[in-house]
Amino acid sequence: MTLPPTANEILFGIYPYICLSVLLLGSLVRFDREPYSWKSDSSQILRTAELRWGSNLFHAGVIIVVLGHFFGFLIPEGVITWAMSPVQHQWLAMVVGGISGLIAIIGLSILIHRRLYYRRIRGNSRKWDIAIVLMLWLQLALGLATVPISAQHMATGDFARLVGYVQRIVYFQGGAAPILEGLPWVYKAHILLGFTIFLVSPFTRMVHIWSGVGSLAYLVRPYQLVRRRGGTVNR
Amino acid sequence: MKIRAQVAMVLNLDKCIGCHTCSVTCKNVWTSRKGMEYVWFNNVESKPGIGYPKDWENQERWKGGWERRANGKLVPKQGGRFAVLTKIFANPHLPEIDDYYEPFTFDYENLWSAPELPTAPVARPISLVSGRTMDKVVWGPNWEEILGGEFDKRSKDYNFEAVQKDIYGQFENTFMMYLPRLCEHCLNPTCVASCPSGSIYKREEDGIVLVDQDKCRGWRMCVSGCPYKKVYYNWVSGKAEKCTFCYPRIEAGMPTVCSETCVGRIRYLGVLLYDADRIAGAAGTEDPKDLYEAQLGVFLDPFDPDIQRQALEDGVPQAWIEAAQKSPTYKMAVDWRIAFPLHPEYRTLPMVWYVPPLSPITAHANAGAIESNTHGLPDVASLRIPVRYLANLLTAGSEPPIVRALERMMAMRAWFRAGQLGAPQDPALLSSVGLDEATARDMHRYLAIANIEDRYVIPTAHRETADNAYQIRGGCGFTFGNGCDGIDAEAGLFGGKMGRRKIIPIRKLDDHA
Repeated sequence: MTLPPTANEILFGIYPYICLSVLLLGSLVRFDREPYSWKSDSSQILRTAELRWGSNLFHAGVIIVVLGHFFGFLIPEGVITWAMSPVQHQWLAMVVGGISGLIAIIGLSILIHRRLYYRRIRGNSRKWDIAIVLMLWLQLALGLATVPISAQHMATGDFARLVGYVQRIVYFQGGAAPILEGLPWVYKAHILLGFTIFLVSPFTRMVHIWSGVGSLAYLVRPYQLVRRRGGTVNR
Repeated sequence: MKIRAQVAMVLNLDKCIGCHTCSVTCKNVWTSRKGMEYVWFNNVESKPGIGYPKDWENQERWKGGWERRANGKLVPKQGGRFAVLTKIFANPHLPEIDDYYEPFTFDYENLWSAPELPTAPVARPISLVSGRTMDKVVWGPNWEEILGGEFDKRSKDYNFEAVQKDIYGQFENTFMMYLPRLCEHCLNPTCVASCPSGSIYKREEDGIVLVDQDKCRGWRMCVSGCPYKKVYYNWVSGKAEKCTFCYPRIEAGMPTVCSETCVGRIRYLGVLLYDADRIAGAAGTEDPKDLYEAQLGVFLDPFDPDIQRQALEDGVPQAWIEAAQKSPTYKMAVDWRIAFPLHPEYRTLPMVWYVPPLSPITAHANAGAIESNTHGLPDVASLRIPVRYLANLLTAGSEPPIVRALERMMAMRAWFRAGQLGAPQDPALLSSVGLDEATARDMHRYLAIANIEDRYVIPTAHRETADNAYQIRGGCGFTFGNGCDGIDAEAGLFGGKMGRRKIIPIRKLDDHA
């Protein structure tokens, strides 16, 4: 699929920066100005049953997927090529991403069913609560759809081009968008929807991801917290 | 030694009449909001019973409180730090709303809008969670009121452990007592220890445990961590909420709402000085039966000049030390040993203590089958409520402290009864239970007369530690927003005014088909 160069540049060269800026600024503003709104928004108390499998599978899968993208795309090219060949890199991504993506989409399907089917949950959902899970499901499906396509293009260098694209965006190297020209539409749709999820995240319950990372501080925290007005004292 | 002060509460169960005024006034002040319909920061349970939420005392099921590992280390029963983090996606120990009860209202409108019918119109119950009419309300707040329901179900009560409970199902042998419950504002709280975002904390000045609403992320580990199930999840705001010990009132020297409105005058509020450095050691005491004594060892004598000096050095104001000397809670818990912590075996060192109730003499004893002692006091074994039951509730099963407390209360009563009837008052009656006349008089003054100035000795917060009133002027109080931020639209930038889930409107009867 080919787009006119201008459209290509706007969608894949400029739009990602808008999305990332909104993600960072939006999160900062919400954290600072609306801290009471910052939460995971759990509905477990209304219905636990499906969460045991649904939520655990989804979160376990999606955490591996996200970490996989993070390391797979952001480690500088030099380091990757030193560690493995591009084909090995592609295999690793397909196997790890495929399995964890599958786990995540199974979990998310259970969660979507729970959210839409049970009146207690659906009736107490905001529009965005439903929209974001559907977006995530579509994104996982697109991501999984890239695996067989990727398998058909083992030696074409498509995979290396994707890595190059992300690195050019993230490391401000410029000239990112043209790299994608001529790639299968599934990749492009996956990229676009991915940045769109970044775009809407600060306005949805997705902000709890930041806090999920922040909660790692709990591992090294003393159990008891005592506060004096105007300061925190640990004991 | 690190001395801190706490405003602690004692409830005299001997005088609780189960009127629920404390629960209702508390609810009106603190939990009359959306998402909190099912929440009672203060509730009164009829015992024996499984309570609210159902079976809350069964920590094998709910995993609240602390566990002492073989090496002597204390770890939350629901797991160490890593285990807690792995459970944030689906907390396996979280009660569902039905374990409390599905909150409901009634279709009152139908009573006056129904067409003319051969029968009187009814107001059917409507769920506040789903908005649907309910076939049948199957559980509610205080469902077991005054021994409601079959003994079979109520006897699942955890406090029947090691009690031959079958005979208490028989009408002639039945017994009951009330147990008003609220957050214990523990010295070693598991809710604080379980919070991955560090939003729950204990206040250094007065020991009140609070949830920082701006820092809570709704991970819900505190709800399962608390063995008393006194941290609740507001399912509309997505935040944990709990009893605040009415801290704005306490700061102003006023009693909590539940205490102030108690018509039985059973509640006492007073300062206890404690040594923060002794908390870990006391909570880690090996034998649970020793935990009651161990917690007493954490409290400090406010009359000891060394303690007073150290307290001042550690930042306890002079007025608070003086209040500690007049503290009714110190007298009842430490001096007279008639008040006890609720379930010390949870190892949280709770700070709301209970005076066990006396109960009528059994028919069996009335018939002369059980002897009274030489001074005319009935044997505590002849009281209807089994001592072991009270011990399971208040001292992790250790009976001697409960027996001593009951005997002291009976002796005090017998002494004053004799005095009022003009009968001779035998000093041996008091000395046989370790009391002297002055102490008995004090006990009578605090327990029987219970004047308000004796019950509530609350020093005010110090001005220099108070919030800057200028900055918080015109605040909007407990709202679903950030105070008065003005975000009122249904779809504000960040998901609407906070906690704005679509609240289901109460609608007219719909069919269940």
